[in-house]
Amino acid sequence: MEKQATREAYGKALAELGKQHANVVVLDADLSKSTKTADFAKAFPDRFINAGIAEQNMIGMSAGLAASGKVVYASSFAIFATGRAFEQVRNSLAYARLNVKVCATHSGITVGEDGGSHQSVEDIALMRAIPNMCVVVPSDGVTTQKAVFDLYDREGPAYLRLGRPSVPIIYKDDIDFAIGKGIELRDGNDATLIACGIMVSKCMEAAEKLAQEGIQVSVVDMHTIKPLDEDLIIKKAVQTGAILTIEEHNVLGGLGGAVCEVVCEKCPVPVHRMGINDVFGQSGKPDELLQHYGLTIENIIQNIHDLLKIKTKS
Amino acid sequence: MKEINEQSINKVNEKALVMRQDIIKMLGESGSGHTGGSLSAADIVSCLYFWEMNIDPLQPEWEERDRFVLSKGHAAPVLYAVLAEKGYFPREELLGLRKLGSPLQGHPDMRKLPGVEASTGSLGQGISWAVGMALAAKMDQKDQRVYALLGDGEIEEGMVWEAMMAAAHYNLDNLVAFVDHNGLQIDGPITDVLSPEPVADKLRAFGWETLVIDGHNTEEIMASLDTARATKGKPTAILANTVKGKGCSFMENKAEWHGTAPNKDQVQQALNELTSA
Repeated sequence: MEKQATREAYGKALAELGKQHANVVVLDADLSKSTKTADFAKAFPDRFINAGIAEQNMIGMSAGLAASGKVVYASSFAIFATGRAFEQVRNSLAYARLNVKVCATHSGITVGEDGGSHQSVEDIALMRAIPNMCVVVPSDGVTTQKAVFDLYDREGPAYLRLGRPSVPIIYKDDIDFAIGKGIELRDGNDATLIACGIMVSKCMEAAEKLAQEGIQVSVVDMHTIKPLDEDLIIKKAVQTGAILTIEEHNVLGGLGGAVCEVVCEKCPVPVHRMGINDVFGQSGKPDELLQHYGLTIENIIQNIHDLLKIKTKS
Repeated sequence: MKEINEQSINKVNEKALVMRQDIIKMLGESGSGHTGGSLSAADIVSCLYFWEMNIDPLQPEWEERDRFVLSKGHAAPVLYAVLAEKGYFPREELLGLRKLGSPLQGHPDMRKLPGVEASTGSLGQGISWAVGMALAAKMDQKDQRVYALLGDGEIEEGMVWEAMMAAAHYNLDNLVAFVDHNGLQIDGPITDVLSPEPVADKLRAFGWETLVIDGHNTEEIMASLDTARATKGKPTAILANTVKGKGCSFMENKAEWHGTAPNKDQVQQALNELTSA
């Protein structure tokens, strides 16, 4: 299976976007080799600004550039872009409704060896709670590339959550991707797996194994956390009667929380949330960490079994 | 070239007087807001809008315009007063300050009022916007200039110094930052709360051409802007020594007038004092 880190796809897409649009400006905070904005910097040195290790000012400068007509892509690690500079993102970008795309790499625990200080488990929740923000968590390189281009056309602030490790390519280049529209990857009536980011491909593998046991689940790639595809969630709740959410993020406030908000209000069915269980991460290899925190195919299968028991009772 | 003469100085001073009167009136009407720091900045802001900047109130979105960022966004009344006086919106709207549904928000909102270049108020962020705007102008090889006004309490924010570093690093000689050095913040003298002194030395050390002036002397403000325009290769900081509450004797140099609005009697007393430039 072909693999690519979403940050790699981001770097390539950004350089391509720069070719097409002269008003694209990219900022980074001394991590351009890691976030892959270095590709853009090499191609368009006059439109790349290294803010140095100063994320708050990076976001503030992004606001000024956007207020002057630029479309800005600002990158750092997720923990710094959304944490260190949270209030700048809130007040300078979102409150002012500016055309700045905060594109953060190294999200979640798969940052790996750098440890818990550098593993953002709360960034989706932070960004989702800000009015005017759009939040996108692509699952592979293809949809990352499409998101980079779609966000250019979508006026206003956005958060694009990207990862460090290589992950399977799920889609072909002609996939019909649209921000705000979840992708139905697989159809089944017993339950629905709703995932984002690197957990989507694991859900596809889990669904395959469940099918071998005779359990047919739907799989949805909910790449856009905000605006959330409520219609699709309701449709799947009604069709399957049980939902499992899976994300590489705290179970509080992220995809799982967002799905529960919709399901509770509009179509109550049992929901289980898989994610980081409100703890900080630690050092380790990405795969070891996913195993340690239970973000595995086996655990998805186990959760579906548990969920189906509840579903039968109700 | 802009002339420094009796006529131009008088005009700036007359406009500053009207602005001060409007600041008092609108704060009296709203019943809350930041009086002291609006009055201390009036002469600088008047000089920018009525002498220095290349702007057109009839075309607030004109791309080539100079930009002014009120980084000390709590001084919104001074910005609203000058924008109304320039004709960006009808004067009557000034009395809507801080009221529900008014475009005159407690802190400036660029999406609600024409002429407001940046949504500021959370201290320290405006100077970063100004750096971004100056970078954009350089990228586009435009002659436009960018002006920011900071408070001397505001510069206690760490991100201000990130922005100062960036402006010097990128040689932004199209950027001017005023520091309204009135010496007071909400909790008292800046030197008691968290001293940023020596401010001028810090600005110089951060790579800025740094001038120290009397922020209520229009001729000095004009001369400093002339110097800034002639300075190449680095940004200019103008440390303007000012008096908080300037123009109203009972407000001057009093920290309690940072975030207090005058009552009816105080409005009358202030307006009685604000009669000649």
